[in-house]
Amino acid sequence: MINPLRAAWGIIVGHLTTLKYLFAKKETVDYPREAYPHPERFRGVHELRKYDDGMERCIGCELCAVACPANAITVIGAENDPAKPVSPGERYGYRYEIDMLRCIFCGWCEEACPTDAIVLTPRFDIADFTRQRLVFGKDKLLVRDPYTQHLANTESAVETDPGIAKP
Amino acid sequence: MSDAAALALVIAIKSGILIFIVVTSFAYLMLFERKLLAWFQLRVGPIWTGPWGLLQPAADAIKLVLKEDLTPATADRFIYKIAPALAVLTALMAYAIIPFGTLPDGRPISIANVNVGILFLLAMGAISVYGITLGGWSSQSKWPLLGAIRSTAQMISYELAMGLSIIGVLILAGTTDLQGIITAQSAHHAWYVVPQIVGFLIYGITATAETNRAPFDLPEAETELVAGFHTEYSSLRFGTFFVAEYINMITVSAIAAMLFLGGGDGPFVAQLPWLTILWFLVKVGLLLFALIWLRATLPRLRYDRLMAFGWKVLLPVAVLNLLVTAALVALYRGAS
Repeated sequence: MINPLRAAWGIIVGHLTTLKYLFAKKETVDYPREAYPHPERFRGVHELRKYDDGMERCIGCELCAVACPANAITVIGAENDPAKPVSPGERYGYRYEIDMLRCIFCGWCEEACPTDAIVLTPRFDIADFTRQRLVFGKDKLLVRDPYTQHLANTESAVETDPGIAKP
Repeated sequence: MSDAAALALVIAIKSGILIFIVVTSFAYLMLFERKLLAWFQLRVGPIWTGPWGLLQPAADAIKLVLKEDLTPATADRFIYKIAPALAVLTALMAYAIIPFGTLPDGRPISIANVNVGILFLLAMGAISVYGITLGGWSSQSKWPLLGAIRSTAQMISYELAMGLSIIGVLILAGTTDLQGIITAQSAHHAWYVVPQIVGFLIYGITATAETNRAPFDLPEAETELVAGFHTEYSSLRFGTFFVAEYINMITVSAIAAMLFLGGGDGPFVAQLPWLTILWFLVKVGLLLFALIWLRATLPRLRYDRLMAFGWKVLLPVAVLNLLVTAALVALYRGAS
């Protein structure tokens, strides 16, 4: 047998609980207009870093491609032209492509890289309409990307979380 | 122009203005509900359409109008098409007699002043079940049919207790005229919610069930019946059912404000009679908030429990309340 007073008390307590939440702080983040707070070491889209003098760090060694568990990275190295070197060493990354649809954002490429050329940034909003456009080449990965421009000369991407709001 | 024609014109203009106001308030009641439900659930609700999402009703309306109007091949076409109109018609009819306030000379601000107003309102509430029943039946589909049967049974069961809870007020006021009931309360600033607290609670529960709202929204229980009686409806016809449901919400809140909360009675109405409109709207707004609050808090009842609650709890309590009220009134006022 239900005790009617207990039941009524339960309903009253329930209403007071919902009323408390009516005035509580809301969880919603107004996403594209407001930056979503990232964990400090969030792993997002990659970028290829440069030295302070503008030289590319990548030496085309393909260690990242070997380390990649998803076979998402394709690297083709080439000899540097001594008159116009792209990187400080003998070789540089002639082609560097990451298939963002295959990538699992594990960060092993970052660990494998001997020159800290490839790093993962906190950027994550890379949705697009074709698969072709989601194979990122050097044009998209090199640091002149507007989202990560300010990271070009920092030691590590995780030190400064840009918050990823569109400019 | 003859007097009759002039009167008809005045009534037509008044009705046009009132329908515009009611439909606009429906649109913003929907936004109000979405916002409140969102806040109750720690969300923020619509914010992209206009400032604070204020243009959301317009966006919803445009979306609904532009959708394809489907009719099931097996449907009873004529009834299928008039059912939403019937629902919204009965919902709007109630506004013909609701007094929104009191003029300085004591007359109500309403389109018509009927001396059996409360009976008319109950009749319109009873007829409103037709829109749902016919809509569900004519769809010729199992979920709408089940939803329609449920809502018919539910509305008929709860109507009894609702009527009985209102009779307590009628005994106290000694009239069925809506303005008379309001005047009887405002004369002594004694709102009937105090002597008729049981009646008020029963009215609140049954009104929630009458408008098919949570926790009594079994006719459209999504988890069991897809969308209940309006499963097959799309486009503007679906929207029309929605309009009817929300207008009914405003209606039951307005009735509760008139019968139990003194209508437009409130501070300073003696000096400024126009304040009655404001107080009335504030009361209706608070009651609507309570309806939404209820929806945000309580889960849906099981169907057999809903019926058991209506017949075995609400009806006896309403009868008892009525008998006690009648006995007390007879004892204290009987001689006169």
